[in-house]
Amino acid sequence: MLTMSDAIIELDELRRTFIVRARTGGLRRVAREVHAVDGISARIDAGEAVGYIGANGAGKSTTIKMLTGILVPSGGRVRTCGYEPVPQRRTLAREIGVVFGQRSQLWWDLPLRESFDILAAIHRLPAARARPRIEQLIEGLELQAFLSTPVRQLSLGERMRGEVAAALVHRPRLLILDEPTIGLDMISKERLRQFLITERAEEGTTLLLTTHDMSDIERLCERVLVVDHGKLAYDGTLRGLSRRVALQRVLVVDLAEPQPGLEVPSAVNVGTELNGARQSFSFAPDQTTAAMVLAEVSAVAEVRDLTLTEPAIEDIVRTLYHQSIES
Amino acid sequence: MAELVSPPTTDLVTKRESYAILLASRLRAQMTYRSSFWINTVNSFFTGVLEFVETYVLLTNTPTLGGLNFAQASLVFGLANLGWSIADLIFGQTDTIPRYIREGKLEAFLIRPMPLLAQMITADFQLRRVGRAFLGLLIAVIVLFWVHLDFNAATIYLLITTPLYGAAIYGALFVLAGGLQFWIVDGSEFTNSFVYGGSYAGHLPGSALLLPLRVLFTFVFPVTATAYVPCLIMLGMDGPSWLPAWLGWLPPVFAGWTWLLAAVVWRRGVRHYTGAGG
Repeated sequence: MLTMSDAIIELDELRRTFIVRARTGGLRRVAREVHAVDGISARIDAGEAVGYIGANGAGKSTTIKMLTGILVPSGGRVRTCGYEPVPQRRTLAREIGVVFGQRSQLWWDLPLRESFDILAAIHRLPAARARPRIEQLIEGLELQAFLSTPVRQLSLGERMRGEVAAALVHRPRLLILDEPTIGLDMISKERLRQFLITERAEEGTTLLLTTHDMSDIERLCERVLVVDHGKLAYDGTLRGLSRRVALQRVLVVDLAEPQPGLEVPSAVNVGTELNGARQSFSFAPDQTTAAMVLAEVSAVAEVRDLTLTEPAIEDIVRTLYHQSIES
Repeated sequence: MAELVSPPTTDLVTKRESYAILLASRLRAQMTYRSSFWINTVNSFFTGVLEFVETYVLLTNTPTLGGLNFAQASLVFGLANLGWSIADLIFGQTDTIPRYIREGKLEAFLIRPMPLLAQMITADFQLRRVGRAFLGLLIAVIVLFWVHLDFNAATIYLLITTPLYGAAIYGALFVLAGGLQFWIVDGSEFTNSFVYGGSYAGHLPGSALLLPLRVLFTFVFPVTATAYVPCLIMLGMDGPSWLPAWLGWLPPVFAGWTWLLAAVVWRRGVRHYTGAGG
């Protein structure tokens, strides 16, 4: 096939403006234009896995709504799987699977299994094709234990795995996940990521993922798009991003005895609290490991407890923003 | 590299099969909770009974209503009620659109390859409304033994088709009101009063309505065509002014008009939603 058909997502100067009417005291109302998406151009090819990150309100959800045909763009061009999303919404729906982390597309009163059968019917899949696929998803996402439980009784982690299965019943070419790991515990997150890696390897599904969790991106995506105030602030590899922005992690340790500020070889002490009973060490994960830093701290003081913090997306975006002003 | 070819559409099941599978699955699911199904069905049955009692009280206190005696007015009520309850069974979910919008469920509907309305009818089919429809049928049959009708071919034709066209007309009003809710998300009270008020007018003899209302509920929202006007023919009566009895042959035309109106409003409503966003 020619290269043109390899593009799963094409955005060309995509824009979306909302009119927000705000009351400004008294009876006057002022209409204000909000540029939720302000000229984004990007191209995502078949088989890519792309993280789409940005602060809250940066324009991520608006972009996804335009990609899926839920929202008409105010300007520019969007093509998803070669289709124009809004006019060809139902044709496009056969090619994409969408998981909105905050919303459900499952039937709340029904056993989880029932939702998959209903979706297969909505997608008009013959039983011979739908059944094995559903079984495969049940196994891959380990859903057996709660298949006959009504969806409203599932835990968040169980429900989210169900949502992902629901989005994949019809084997979409493009899977869009909007905050799929929000609120999940570590084990559920890891299970979901592991499944997505296997699924992509087997089916070649293109993945677009929005998240607040940088480790989702590290585990799943080769490429990152950073959006800020409706504009693309970065488009490239995760490694490239970490070269421009220090994706520092911080290891916070609680010590058995208060200590003066400790110095270790592979990390920087970025703060002491509680008279030195709690100390924070910042390190670059591509140069050392959390275990290494912990070992170095343990060598000089007794560690009672620890937490590890991820770089916040808001910080990354802020750094990129200041860099672009300086350059 | 995975294949880029989309799954061939030729081996998909037909649309009709797909709807049938959906409906069957919804029915099966709702029958799983037997007791809750029966409670809901009985509940919806008695809601209908209550409405009938209201009309009964009205009718027993007025010897004639709009020129019809008690039995004749009950025939109008019975036929209109049967049509309305069938429409409610099929299209009743459309009045929950504001809730769908608020809960973000509408977006889940929009990312599926089935028309929105078809999804609402099949994927959210509420079997409990069967109770209401059953009551409608029961009342219509009881009234038939009571009112004196000349059972010729025309009467039998009208008896069978009137509830069906009635269902079509009320169904279109449901869809019309649903379409309006895309604009006025918090306006379900307004649209409900529109659907339920319209249905109330349809259950009464059209002659009992004030002239402007009579015209409105015949030539714009033709609820008088769901029972009253065909009843005029069956009862061999002339209609009041602006409502000649021969209009009783035209429910198909009225149904077509209402669906045209409903389709325009519904489409524009969906388009408005995708333009404005959630």
